[in-house]
Amino acid sequence: MPTGPLAGAWQRCRQDLPLISAAQKRQLRVLVVGSGLAGASAAASLAEQGYKVSLITYHDSPRRAHSVAAQGGINAAKNYANDGDSVSRLFRDTVKGGDFRAREAGCFRLAELSTAIIDQCVAQGVPFAREYGGTLANRSFGGTLVSRTFYARGQTGQQLLYGAVQAMLRQVEAGRIDLLPRRDLVELVLVDGVARGVVCRHLVSGELETYTANAVVLASGGYANVYYLSTNAVKSNVSALWRAYRKGADFANPCFTQIHPTCIPSGDAYQSKLTLMSESLRNDGRVWLPARPGDGREPQAIPEHERDYFLERQYPTYGNMVPRDLASRRSREQCLAGHGVGPRGRSVYLDLSDAIARDGKAAIEARYGNLLEMYERITGQDPLVTPLRIYPAPHYTMGGLWVDYHLMSTVPGLFVLGEANFSEHGANRLGASALMQGLADGYFIAPATITAWLAGQPQPEVGPDHPACRQARAEAGARITALLAPRGGPWPPRPVAGWHRQLGQLMIEACGISRHGPRLEQAIADVEDLRQAFAEEGGVADLGACHESAVAGAGRGINSELEKALRLQDYFGLADLMLRDALARQESCGAHFRQEYQTAAGEAQRDDARFGHIAAWQWRPQGAPQRQVEPLQFNEITASQRDYR
Amino acid sequence: MSPTLSLTLRIWRQQQPGAPGGFETHRLEQVSADLSLLEALDWLNERLIAAGERPVTFEHDCREGICGSCGFLINGQAHGPQEATSVCQLYLRRFRDGEVLVLEPWRARAFPLLQDLSVDRSALDRVWAAGGYCSVNTGQAPEANTLLVGREQAASAFDTASCIGCGACVASCRNASASLFVAAKLAHLGQLPQGQSERQRRALAMTERMAAEGFGSCSNQLECEAVCPKQISADWISWMNRELRR
Repeated sequence: MPTGPLAGAWQRCRQDLPLISAAQKRQLRVLVVGSGLAGASAAASLAEQGYKVSLITYHDSPRRAHSVAAQGGINAAKNYANDGDSVSRLFRDTVKGGDFRAREAGCFRLAELSTAIIDQCVAQGVPFAREYGGTLANRSFGGTLVSRTFYARGQTGQQLLYGAVQAMLRQVEAGRIDLLPRRDLVELVLVDGVARGVVCRHLVSGELETYTANAVVLASGGYANVYYLSTNAVKSNVSALWRAYRKGADFANPCFTQIHPTCIPSGDAYQSKLTLMSESLRNDGRVWLPARPGDGREPQAIPEHERDYFLERQYPTYGNMVPRDLASRRSREQCLAGHGVGPRGRSVYLDLSDAIARDGKAAIEARYGNLLEMYERITGQDPLVTPLRIYPAPHYTMGGLWVDYHLMSTVPGLFVLGEANFSEHGANRLGASALMQGLADGYFIAPATITAWLAGQPQPEVGPDHPACRQARAEAGARITALLAPRGGPWPPRPVAGWHRQLGQLMIEACGISRHGPRLEQAIADVEDLRQAFAEEGGVADLGACHESAVAGAGRGINSELEKALRLQDYFGLADLMLRDALARQESCGAHFRQEYQTAAGEAQRDDARFGHIAAWQWRPQGAPQRQVEPLQFNEITASQRDYR
Repeated sequence: MSPTLSLTLRIWRQQQPGAPGGFETHRLEQVSADLSLLEALDWLNERLIAAGERPVTFEHDCREGICGSCGFLINGQAHGPQEATSVCQLYLRRFRDGEVLVLEPWRARAFPLLQDLSVDRSALDRVWAAGGYCSVNTGQAPEANTLLVGREQAASAFDTASCIGCGACVASCRNASASLFVAAKLAHLGQLPQGQSERQRRALAMTERMAAEGFGSCSNQLECEAVCPKQISADWISWMNRELRR
């Protein structure tokens, strides 16, 4: 951690970091896992400095990483709106938004770097929205009083990602980046305790491959798919993080997961994901439910006096615009009390009719056109006629691998960037801050700190035939062989998705919007039962074996079930850790709400004295994981309780 | 309860490149009309797996129409019958009860088949890498507002930049041309001041690479525009041709 005043701390830290000559950089290789905003921007920036880079992604093209789906925008303290914004204000909003569970130094650095990110993206040709005069346009976003969000229609993530991927492809063309698509990380390689490579499974050939490097970067995203249904891409997974955790990288605050209030709810059992609807809709939509439980009438048939606008009722000041966690929690409560609508009573109405009456249909269409079309495509209902049905869904994971100020994990030489690390969002992430953090990590922080790490480190030669690599490959191979049926269990094996749905159901009920001690304890036992059942009965058909053209001993080709099974094994471990973390954190803060710890008014009750810390979990080969704490100190801002009533 | 329907799927099955392939027929009986077509394939695959058979391989990931992973032909149409929609956003209620859907992979020389409905589209990335960027290193950027870009100009650049790289334009073109893909990238950067200094070089490099990767030439059939899930206009191909003569 830096010492001295927060302002300029990162700059001072950078000035003292050791450097490496250009000639020496050409001899060093950095391996990056993940091609989203953090991974692509880090790979490009490191290659520009002269390093050799290997980039691994499970996608067929780096452009498909799930950063592409971010809708809203990216924050930066440019103060272009002249509304009093500043680095210090963005810093304070981030710390407060995270409910005082993030480090001040990290948040301040993020706010400082925010402006350079916008400059970089503009120079790359990212087509941000503009004013008529040609300057960059801004809008305001959930919970802040200033206008500091830069955007490219509803596709900001896509455009920022393409900017980073283009910078990366330029280095691919220059021969400095080896692009290694269609590979899943299945093991991390440590040599003398230092991260030096990975074992991957090639998703087409099925072969296990080993890649070595002088440093390893994980930028593999979040783990909301532990809930099975989430707003994440269906193949987003925790495996890279979980493999690193089992090799000694501590996992911080795993129970801090954000549930987004405005998503299209689930209907059919075979629904594969929950689609996010930008929360900007809450600007004009009124959330309501029938006042009478079990009221099965169509929404239009329910007269005004039989409707309960429960957010407006409970939060007269903020109304429908309360923060994400409150909107999610109150919606869930109403549904549990029997007021919910739609399939299984698991959704609430978001009604645009008052806004249409006030501003006219055309104005609402112009404001939300794309969103409304998307809703109609998915549900088949016109939201200008029938109120939208929405429900909260797992969206973003604030927890992740623990990193120091240099973004290095507790495994030396292993750096963790973007959503994959736990860093700056505390217990709750603010809207439009994820893109900012991914790019700050990738463009600016990691390229500086990785150089510093490599400068001070002896680099013994490690190739794919190193004993550590051979061992990691053997371990991964054994895990795959064990999954490939036939074994003692039933044949053919149950589809992996069925197991994952069961795990997701357990997790969303016990460790979702609202958590309760006894329930969490029960869920730990249930997850363990399910994990054991899968270990005994679960498995995957060996698709190569039943085909004569498959070469004996080769990887046996494409096997999407095997991909799912390997990921599910890691989710079982993660689920257990999340439940333990949620149980141990005997307070409510941000997105983590424990029913036992609430104020008389039903709001989250933080306990700074006992839990003003980061919880970092250490894996143990035998027995329960070890919980360690990193105390948090707030010198710039005083910790306060939120109030939106 | 949501309405249900029954469909017949005739799906192209092929274990690997060079292996014999053919259509396999599957009935979906009384499935929810609220499922997407990809979810219906998930449903089918779970049944195949439970019967000890090989599931149908198809590309997918975000399932909200933005990652560009998914895509195959439905009754000969790339991404199926719905305008401005990638196949993951196509819902069964769009089809009639009893309808027969023929599902085939993208067919183009530059997109070698991997398995069933999945093809290798990495040629598009190699074309992109030939010059589809502004050559600026991290840390070299000037203050963002020193560069003014008109509102309409920025919006037009955005329209072309919204290409998701799905390959539908190639798959629907009788020449398997990637002209719309290339033109969209050239127009994105060529309309912005940041892209000016490399404009000519970029256009030459990307079009040459397109030919080298085995994509054909444009003969103005405009199928690409009709199937593009992001509705990128084929006018940009004319724009590209002018660009090459600059």
